Amino acid sequence: MKNAFIGSAIERREDLRFLRGRGEYLDDLLPKGLVYAVILRSSVAHGRIVSIDIKAALKIPGVHAVITAKDMPPSPPIVPMRLQPLPEFKPFEQPVLAHDKVRYVGEPMAVVIADSVAIGEDALEAIEVEIESLPAVADWRVAQRDQSLLFEGQGTNRSLTFNAVKGDADAVFATAPYKRRETLRVGRHYGLTMEPRGVMAEWDAAAGRLTVSGAAKVPFFNRRILAKQIGLPEDAIDMIENDVGGGFGARGEFYPEDFLIPFAARHLNRPVKWTEDRRENLMAMNHAREAEVDVEIACTRDGKILALRGHAHVNMGAYMRTNGAVGARNIAQFMSGPYRIADVKLDVSLWMTNKTPVGTYRGPGRFETDFFRERLLDMAADDLRIDRVEFRRKNLVAHGEMPYTLASIAPYPHEDELDSGDYQETLDRCLKEIGWADKAKLMGQMVDGRYHGLAIGCFIEGGAAGPKEMARLEINDDGTISVFMGSSAVGQGVETVFAQIAADALEIPMDRIRWVHHGSTSTVSDGYGAYHSRSVVMGGSALLDAANNFRVALNEEAAKRLACKASDVTLSEDKVSAPGGKSLPLSAFAGLTKEGAFLNKKHTYSYGAQAAHVAVDPKIGHVELIDYVVVQDAGRIINPLTLKGQVIGSLVQGLGGALMEHLVYDDEGQLLTGSLADYLLPTASDFPNLRAYVMDKHPSPINPLGAKGAGEGGMVGAGGVIANAVANALQSFKPDLRELPLTPTRVWEMARKRVV
Amino acid sequence: MPTNFEVNGKPVSVNVEARTTLADCLRHHLRLTGTHVGCEHGVCGACTVIVDGYAVRSCLMLTAQAEGAKVTTVEGLSHDDALTPLQASFRKHHALQCGFCTPGMITTAHALLSEEPDCDADRVREVLSGNLCRCTGYISIVEAVLDARQAYKKS
Repeated sequence: MKNAFIGSAIERREDLRFLRGRGEYLDDLLPKGLVYAVILRSSVAHGRIVSIDIKAALKIPGVHAVITAKDMPPSPPIVPMRLQPLPEFKPFEQPVLAHDKVRYVGEPMAVVIADSVAIGEDALEAIEVEIESLPAVADWRVAQRDQSLLFEGQGTNRSLTFNAVKGDADAVFATAPYKRRETLRVGRHYGLTMEPRGVMAEWDAAAGRLTVSGAAKVPFFNRRILAKQIGLPEDAIDMIENDVGGGFGARGEFYPEDFLIPFAARHLNRPVKWTEDRRENLMAMNHAREAEVDVEIACTRDGKILALRGHAHVNMGAYMRTNGAVGARNIAQFMSGPYRIADVKLDVSLWMTNKTPVGTYRGPGRFETDFFRERLLDMAADDLRIDRVEFRRKNLVAHGEMPYTLASIAPYPHEDELDSGDYQETLDRCLKEIGWADKAKLMGQMVDGRYHGLAIGCFIEGGAAGPKEMARLEINDDGTISVFMGSSAVGQGVETVFAQIAADALEIPMDRIRWVHHGSTSTVSDGYGAYHSRSVVMGGSALLDAANNFRVALNEEAAKRLACKASDVTLSEDKVSAPGGKSLPLSAFAGLTKEGAFLNKKHTYSYGAQAAHVAVDPKIGHVELIDYVVVQDAGRIINPLTLKGQVIGSLVQGLGGALMEHLVYDDEGQLLTGSLADYLLPTASDFPNLRAYVMDKHPSPINPLGAKGAGEGGMVGAGGVIANAVANALQSFKPDLRELPLTPTRVWEMARKRVV
Repeated sequence: MPTNFEVNGKPVSVNVEARTTLADCLRHHLRLTGTHVGCEHGVCGACTVIVDGYAVRSCLMLTAQAEGAKVTTVEGLSHDDALTPLQASFRKHHALQCGFCTPGMITTAHALLSEEPDCDADRVREVLSGNLCRCTGYISIVEAVLDARQAYKKS
């Protein structure tokens, strides 16, 4: 039997429990003796802690403890960086509790443990905190003055500057026939998850074991950090993944609470749970994006891009968090996107400010650069009087140029190249699907009081980051098979896609794959997790290796018992057979288990094009999406149903970032958008006309599945395409469109100033 | 504060602190954890339950206010043996990913379709615009609800 589960739109296994309300999320857990943690957070953006008086709080009935930095002598542990852990960043890493200074509104200062969350919150009110305010640094332009320093010992608010280099851009610019230089900005928004974060820890004093529930994304790495901080061997800690209400890059990184709650559980020898509330989530979960670039493009007069150079500045917030440098680093490397640009020189400076620290959010650095680059391309095409589509077509990396080398980056070099694909193909398909030729006459025209605009842009999406991932197969007592994965679930449907891959690899029906266990440190001997759209490629390829090892072991064992050659053993549905018909049920091999692994240093690049048709109401600044098309080639597609879900889902997050979502601070570093009434998210009525087309024409050559990471591409292109469509619609106003998000106020202002 | 009401067809008596929301009462006291809490300020809709036929934010309602009411949660709209037509439609259209907003979507859509089985796409979007989903982008949810209308038609 040859299966074809891979490539089929299989309905998800996960849905059966989620649809009935039977998912088990962190806050659903209620072990005996549970007490609750609530966290005292700074209301001051920048200041020196003079005193924290917990006496009154401790007197409240039902309060078990108030933990401060004094309980962690000599000082609270520091959360180390996971990605790009450069020595330059060390001084800027975050202690789990503030002890000398506070550096952002929302920074944890103390933890109250109480019989209920309500009592804990009462106790927060009773803690007296004295903070001596210092001048707040909210903007990178203020930060670079180095007058008010977040880390006095460092003498600067700049933690690092990345440099991306390819060829000799300055030399090209010296003689370039056409140049254009622009300053562009992307606002701050974040990977808000519907389920706020949470951690629950249980300490078994007799066994010396710690069980931490609520793990997500990278549990193996987080266990390593926690073990070191709390002074336990790694194998004395189990990180348990529950159902997870969304990840998007932000959940599952190691946050201060990932130490504080286990510490409290051991301190009190009781199970302790902390569930973030939404206000906390808005100020405590990693923020993202906020970046500004001064960028210049050089072209020939007939539209060949010669070079790109510039300097970007990223507002990092108060600390370098586990993956905080990724977005900035990616801005340096991915500014060229899917285009053939021989000479590139980009510097990216990372500025520490008194805002919530940043981390990755779906398409880190790529959402930003796609807006910067695609906006600049439209401006250049206008100057050069070249058709915007032909300008892009002329400069896309061609199929025959693959693999195509990207700029190299320093420090922390990682050579990167575009792996495969035909970028023209997705551009052409996108033009066709949006009906570009027919709609072209609408550009800039007013119809029924609204201006119509069109735009198209091309994008690449990196995926499949290493290091390694592991998978294991095991025969259950009933003869079915369990799959164990180091990959984590964040809602993307891994239980279904891994069952598809396993069933195809073993050539058995999918229902023989009884369970897909994932994400907990107890599932495989070593694993990594889910980030950088890596689960299908890394976990899936590890699963192929495990299936291979499993078949070899099963055949050898079966050959012994069936008295035949291992190579003659056949596996079908629920039994193994020898030639001649003698067979044994799989249940006779219960417990047989084999692991597999996949290592990778190269990245996959799925790619595509996006196009928008918008109508802009100049009276109220509203932007309606009349039509929006994403075409994405993701190499080999495991499940087109879930892939389309990723494309549309990430697209709408991108549209949120382009048009609505904005974490607004005042100059004092106070967060002004502290509720969902202030921080606007897309709703069901905002973007009803979205279409996604997925293609599988160009498998990745760098993994045995041929798959490519594809969870972020929809988001990557959205900002640039929306901005250019709005600019196209409002062309008669010559709009000053250099910043996202395009909130109604901004659009309205652009449509007021007609340049005569 | 003692309160008596009906949940999913069964009478319940609870005695909770006066400040306990209906959401917390359902989740922590009655252990019906299908109702999710996403914002606690009435914006996200994850905690939506049906109270006397109306879709209601259980995070904005105190338990005491449920005195005498008939409350239906996602558990009450589910069976062990098979998915309901509405649930099956969500699955078919891939109208959920992480599943956290899903119970609120199901209760809201059920309340809508029970009253207006002939509603159009705009009406579905209007009603669902009170429920945030961060994964799907809503397109598939709207399709799923529209596709489930048939099961709610009386004839």
